[in-house]
This record gives sequence, structure tokens and C-alpha cells, in this order.
Amino acid sequence: MSHAKPIATLRSATGIPTGRLAIWWVLASEVVIFGGLIGSYLLHRLGHPEWADAAAVTNTTIGAINTFVLLTSSFTAVLAHQAAEKGDGKTAAKYLLFTIGGALTFVCIKSYEWWSEISHGYTIASHTFWSFYYTMAGLHALHVIAGAIIMGVVALDAYRGRELHRVELIGIYWHFVDVVWIFLFPLLYIAK
Amino acid sequence: MIERYLVQASTFAGSIDGIIMLVFILVGFWLLVAEGVFFWLIWRFRARPGEKSQYLTGKEKHVKRWITIPHALVLVCDLFIIVGSIRVWYNVKQQLPEADSTVRIIGQQWAWTFQHPGPDNELDTPDDIFTVNDLHVEVDKTYHFRLESRDVLHSFSVPVFRLKQDAVPGRAITGWFQPNRVGEHDIQCAEICGIGHGVMAARIHIQDANQHAEWIAENSTSAAQ
Amino acid sequence: MADTAVAIDHESHADAHHGPTGILKYVWSTDHKIIAMQYLFTGMFMAVIGGFMAYVFRMQLAFPGISVPGYGQVSPGEYNSLITNHGSIMIFWVAMPVLIAAFGNFLIPLMIGADDMVFPRINRLSYQIFLLSALILLASLFVAGGGFGGAWTSYPPLSAVGEYNQTNIGATMWLIAVALEFVAFLLGGINFIVTLMNSRAPGMKAYDIPLTAWMIVLASVLFMLSVGPLIAGAAMLLFDQTLGTGFFDPARGGDPILWQHLFWFFGHPEVYVVLLPAIGFTIDITSTFARKKVFGYKIMLYTAVATAVLSFFVWAHHQFVAGIDPRMANVFTITTLLISVPVGELLFVMIATLYGGAIRLAVPMLWALSFIAEFLIGGVTGIFLGASGADIYFHDTYFVLAHFHYTFFPIAIIGTFAAFTYWFPKMFGKMLDERLGKIHFWGTIIPFNFIFIPLFMLGGIGQHRRIYNFEHFPELAEPWMYNLRAIATISLVIMLLFQLVFFLNVIKSWIGGEKAGNNPWKANTLEWSTVSPPPHGNWAPADLPKVYRGPYEYGHPDREEDYWPQNEPD
Repeated sequence: MSHAKPIATLRSATGIPTGRLAIWWVLASEVVIFGGLIGSYLLHRLGHPEWADAAAVTNTTIGAINTFVLLTSSFTAVLAHQAAEKGDGKTAAKYLLFTIGGALTFVCIKSYEWWSEISHGYTIASHTFWSFYYTMAGLHALHVIAGAIIMGVVALDAYRGRELHRVELIGIYWHFVDVVWIFLFPLLYIAK
Repeated sequence: MIERYLVQASTFAGSIDGIIMLVFILVGFWLLVAEGVFFWLIWRFRARPGEKSQYLTGKEKHVKRWITIPHALVLVCDLFIIVGSIRVWYNVKQQLPEADSTVRIIGQQWAWTFQHPGPDNELDTPDDIFTVNDLHVEVDKTYHFRLESRDVLHSFSVPVFRLKQDAVPGRAITGWFQPNRVGEHDIQCAEICGIGHGVMAARIHIQDANQHAEWIAENSTSAAQ
Repeated sequence: MADTAVAIDHESHADAHHGPTGILKYVWSTDHKIIAMQYLFTGMFMAVIGGFMAYVFRMQLAFPGISVPGYGQVSPGEYNSLITNHGSIMIFWVAMPVLIAAFGNFLIPLMIGADDMVFPRINRLSYQIFLLSALILLASLFVAGGGFGGAWTSYPPLSAVGEYNQTNIGATMWLIAVALEFVAFLLGGINFIVTLMNSRAPGMKAYDIPLTAWMIVLASVLFMLSVGPLIAGAAMLLFDQTLGTGFFDPARGGDPILWQHLFWFFGHPEVYVVLLPAIGFTIDITSTFARKKVFGYKIMLYTAVATAVLSFFVWAHHQFVAGIDPRMANVFTITTLLISVPVGELLFVMIATLYGGAIRLAVPMLWALSFIAEFLIGGVTGIFLGASGADIYFHDTYFVLAHFHYTFFPIAIIGTFAAFTYWFPKMFGKMLDERLGKIHFWGTIIPFNFIFIPLFMLGGIGQHRRIYNFEHFPELAEPWMYNLRAIATISLVIMLLFQLVFFLNVIKSWIGGEKAGNNPWKANTLEWSTVSPPPHGNWAPADLPKVYRGPYEYGHPDREEDYWPQNEPD
């Protein structure tokens, strides 16, 4: 059972690269997962206007900073893709590292934010608004962390000039993670 | 058909048995036709030496007809069933005729509590009659029920009424029935509610006017004073 | 040719130097055929466990209080665990891994003329996650409190609060096992979908793909697009169970009915996820043994897609009396009854394919034909439940149970045996014994009907579900009802015993059966153009097939032979 790539991977009956097809299907299933969670939250929120009291406590400034961090990291992911297109693995790896840095910054800021909220008594079980808050943002954060880890592997390969097509793929995933946050930010921080 | 084994004891039981019978006739017909054609084709076109199979692309009109016509007929049958079903559903679940009396039904792990309105025919007054696992109603009277749960999902089910309604904690769900036959029958819990789900059996006592008045008089707490 | 020989030799040479040997070679393999076998054997093992559970609880129902041979007395709590895990195992750990993962993995690369899936390592990972989920599920049966007892539908508040279900640890382990199973199938699905889209043999257009491959891929797409909300719901239920949240607790602003919507939004498409592969097997086998082109390949394909799309709009027929807005019920009655049209269409096309055929009743064909005959019954009985007025009475009765066994049994059991007896020669290089196959077939089908027809009757007189003993319900405790329960149970025991014939057949044939050539059924699809069993890489690289026509060119008038393989040049 050698790990040589199957001939099957070299074919492209649709004309679209196999990896890109795969990542779009992954995103399709992720959309339905987050859609289910966000949809459930929306239904609850619309049915419980009094939740606004709980929602008032979220820190819009921190949320906005994190939004900026993620958007910037998406920008560096685009730069990484551009470099990869030109075959410049080392530059691509550099920009991917910036993106990972953005991810870590996001997670650090969120950790501080959550630690602050928890120590004020706003735990996951304190109120159903907070249950949704931590579950949605938590699921999102898990995707950020997982994405950063995979991105690290891709960056390592890219630095060595290998598998450069994966830079685009992890970039597409990263934009999705960004888009989910673009939905969460107004729902959790702005709609008060 | 069902009534041969389980009586109809409510005014809408007949209509529910009616829609079941309509479905039975229509799907029974299609089942027999489909299975009949199916088995006939297996016999008719079994492999025989020297005979080759036919090459049919599926565009031949004379065979395609056998699919498009049943297709259209199935759709027509569906429409009949849809209309019939919506009528029954509307009558039982969407509309609420004026009540002669209201009862509160509370499900919990693992018993049914029934709150009868007592001689003043009003719920939540001191003369109300509380029973566990025994519901007493008067024949030919229209009842509203307010269904609640103390803990998990339960379901108030009276097979002789052909009635069923889930009880959801945090809600009071209203429904109605009118018994039209005197007798004593099963009440079931029709939603799994834990290890005691199988012992959540209750009984409904459908009494005539005299028996029911007697029962109220004997059991009402203010009357007992 | 010499180049090919060198190429193969070089590859196996590389194997010897780079891969583990012996049993570990199979554990760490990324070959789609090995992974298929792993799924197949795991699924069949779980089927034995699920079947045993059914035997135990049916014995309790037929002979209340009995000490069941091989188990002992069944307590009410154990009864709830048995039915919960029977249902969960059969759907998630038998039907899905066998129909989709096992046959999908084995067949898709072969049917499209590829040497493997496009992501072999993700393929292996998906099996490993699946295996983990199965182990967690089995472990949950042995923890304090026992296996989860809240039914496979796991409605809260019963499922969310340990005090209510009294299977606290089992409930959480069950939930984690189900969630992991979902992840495994999401990963597996990506492989199937992308491989089918991109890795087809030169010359294989979309309409040249065998319907089995199409149906498995459609099922994967349907699964991936429907399971999301339930994964969200599972996370919420997990937190209710373990972190004290109140997503489904009305006292905390939550709603138990939300779970039902999330569950059934997936739950209903899920039945089509398992149905489509079974239909794929049935039509391919029917075509081969009737020597007939499928009557309406494109109709079947488009109708299957239509069914899949419509399946997203029917879910609340499971919730007619659940406390939803009664007006909504009318919408769902309409959509549910309308879905009978495309499903009926699929069955009509399969039946029409028999017309003009030269039908040979080999064992795989017996299974395929019985799928049609039995699923017809399952399908039409669904109409009673889709009609909201009738469902007021039938909801949560044995009528529902008999309906879904008349659909699931054809799908999961008949479909599996059809596919297994058909592709066994290709998988193992040996022919199965026809006589033993026929004994197994009749010994399964006849008792099957005697299990569930009594249950239709009992449901008809109002017998409700998930009750471990009917002694408390005078209207359900008549002697004739106990007789029906006994008939059903004894038929089940007989049916289970006949499965020994199947195992006997498999072992006997695998050890000393007649050697199978490349194409014992004289079929057209690409898997039959290579050796039985196929080597690693399926064909020598220089021999990878090219496709010249569709998969169902049987009985072509221009040909002497009544079949025309896809890879044969004009």
C-alpha cells in the first residue's frame, strides 16, 4: 500500500481541480451546520425580545477589533495565494504565517474577552442567550484553530516549494471562517 | 374496519376511520395493480432458450404510456387523499367548537392527573375534582382539554376517540372531543417518557348524564362538606 | 506489456520497502477496497448486535416477564435501552456503513475506471473515526445506568436530563458516538462526490455512469446538505446534558420542539440517503439479470434528484401531533403526499425495465426483485401516515413501526444481500453457492413478512410504541393480541436462524468455492473488466479502461451477444 498518489487524482473530468471541488463541498456542509445553529439562535432571539438585556453586555469594541483582525488575516491569505500562483513558495509561506498570526491574535483576544465575561458570572449556563453566544462563537473558534493548524502544515510545504495549490484551498476555507464571523458579529454584538 | 376491533366513541372517530378507509382503498388498489403487473412481468419475460431480450430505450411511446398514465392517476389519488385529510385535520385540530366543559390534563413521570371542573363547571375553583389516572366525562357533551406536562414530553392518547396530542412542558395545549358512546376505555401515553412509560396507563369513564352527575356529587370536595 | 509488468513489479517492490507487512498492512491500508471491507465487516458485526437486541425485546413483548435465553429478564429500563440502541445501530452503524461506505468505496473507483479514490488518506481517516464511533456506542452499553434509553430520536427534555432518562452517562456517550459517525460520513462523502465528478475514465460522460455510483453520490450530497442542523442540535443537546445549558428547557427560555425540527430536518432526508443506494443496486442488478437496458436512465436520475430535493420539505409529518401550529400540518401533508409521486416513479421505472427482458432468477436477482415487492408495501403504507387526519390515530403506534420496517428492511437488509451476492465474486474471486443462497433468501423473506404483518394489525387496533409490557392496558391485553405478538417474535427467531445459512455460504465459498472469472454475470459495467478480486490499483496502469458507451447496452439488436461492455471499443 504505497502512498504514491493514485492516477485518479490526476484526472479532471469537470475541468475543475480536485482539491477545489473538495473544499467547496466541505464548505457546503459547514454552511448547513452553522446555518442550523444560527437559525436556531435567530428563532429564539425573535421569540424572546427580553434577551436584549443579556445581549447588552457583549463588548462591541472587542468584537469590532476581532472583526478587523480576521478581515486582515483574510487579506494576507489572498496575498499568499497570489505568491503561490507565481510559484513563490517562500513568500506564500510568509503571508500564511501572518494569517496564522491573525488567527492566534483572534483567539487570544477572544480568550481575554471570555475570561472577563465568565468572571463576571456570564457563563454558558447562566442564560440561554449566553449558551448560544458561547456555542456559536466557540464552534467558530474551533474552526479558526483547526484552520490555523492545517494552514501551518500547508505553509511548511509551501516554504519547501511543495503542494503550492493547497495555499489557495486553505485560503478559500479561511474566507469561509471569516464570512461566518461576519454573520456572528452583528448577531452577537450589534443587535442589542 | 378498525371499528370492528376498537369502537368509535367520539364524534370525530368516524371521520378519522373514514379517511383511513379512503387511503386503504386507494393505496390497496395501487398496491395490487403494481404487485400484479410486477409478478406477471417476471413470469411473462422469464428467460427462455433462444429468445433474446428486447432493446428498449425508454422513449417508446407504447411502453412509456404505462408509466405516464399511472403517474397521473397516482397524482389524482393523492389529491383526493389530501383534500379528505385536510378536512378531517381541520375539524379535529384547527377548529374549536364551543365547550360544554373543560378539563385540565397534566402528564408527568409516570401518571396522569385530571382536573375536572366540579359542580360549578369552572376550572381552578375550590370545588374542582382531581383524580389520578381516571378521567370522567359525560356522553354527548363537548369538552375542551388543556394539556400540560410537568417534566418531559408525554402524549395524551385515547384510541377509541382516535385522538392523540403530545404534551409539551412549558406549554398548555388546547384540544377538544365529544364522546358519543358510554363505556370505559384505555388512555395511553403515546410518547416515550422514561422507564415508567409503560405504566402510564389511565382509564376514561364515559358516563351518561345521571351517572356523571352522581360522580361529581360524590367527589367534589365542597359537596363532601 | 513488458513495461506494465515492470511497472507493477516496481510498485510491489516499493510496497515491500515502504509499507508495513502482515496484518498491519490491512489496518493502515489506504486502498479503497480494503477500506470497503473494513466498513462491510464492521457494519455486519453491528447488524448481529442490533439483531440480537431485537430478539431480546421481542421475546419480552411476546412472553412478558420471560427470562430470555442468552440474556435474562428484561427490566423496563433495559427495554428502553434495547429499543434505542437497536434503532440507532441499524440506521447509523449498519445501513449507512454497508450501503454507502462499503459498497461506495468498493464500487465507485472500479465503476468509473479509476485506480482509487482521490483522497485515500482521508478515506482511511473516515473509517477510523467511524470505528471509534462504533466502539464508543458499544462501550455505552456497559456503563453505569446502561445504554441510552431515550429512543433513537432522543427528544429532550427526556434526553437532556439524566434524572429523567436514568441513563446519564450512556446518553452522552450515545450522542458523541452519533456525532462522530456524522463526521466520518461527511469526510467519506467528499471522497465519493469529488472522485465521481473528476476521476472518470476517458470517454465516460455523465450519462455513462452506472446508476449505483450516481445514487451513492447523490446520497452523499443529500447527507452532507441535511445533517448540519442536527450537528448543531447535537452540540446544543450535549451542552444541556453536560454543562447545564437550557437550549431545550422551557424553564430557561428553551424549546423542546426545536430539537424535533433539527432532528427531522435531517431525519427525513436521511431515509432517502439510505434508500437511493438500495435503489441503485436494485436497478443495476435488475438490468443485468433481465438483460435489459434500464427503462429511463435519465428519468431515474432526475427523479432521484427531485426526490432528494423534495425530501427537505416534508419533515414535520413526524411532528403532526407534537404541538406545532396546526396550520403547518396542512403544508406538510401536501408535500409528503406529493413525494409519493417521484418515489413511485422510481419503482415504476424499475418494474418497466422487466418488460421485454429475458429474466434469470439468480440469487442476486431474487433479492433485487424482492426489494421492489416489499418496498412497494412499505411505500404505500406511508400514505396512511402522511395524511395528517389519519396520522392523528396512527402516530406512535405499531403501524408506524411496521411501515418503516417495510421500508428499512428492504433498504438495509435486502439491499445489502442483493449487492453482496452480486458483487461477492468480484470482491473475493469466488462464486457463492446458489442453492444455499436460495435457502437463505426464502428463509429470510418469508419470515420477514410474518414478523411485520401482525405488527400492522396491532398498530391498527391502537397498540402504541416503546411499551415493554401491555399488561396495564386492558384493550391491548387480549389473548389474540398476544398470539400476534408471539407469531411476530417466533418468525423473527426463525429469520435470525436462517442467517446462519448465509454465514455458512460465505465461509464455504470463500474457502473452497468455484473460482470466479472476471465477469461471471456477463455484465457491462467497468468493474467486471478486471480480475476478480482486483489487484491494488484495480488495473495495470496501462490497462486503465476507456469508455465507449453507456452502462446498460443489453440486448442490442446489432450484437450477437446480449451484452456490450462499456470498455469494449466499437
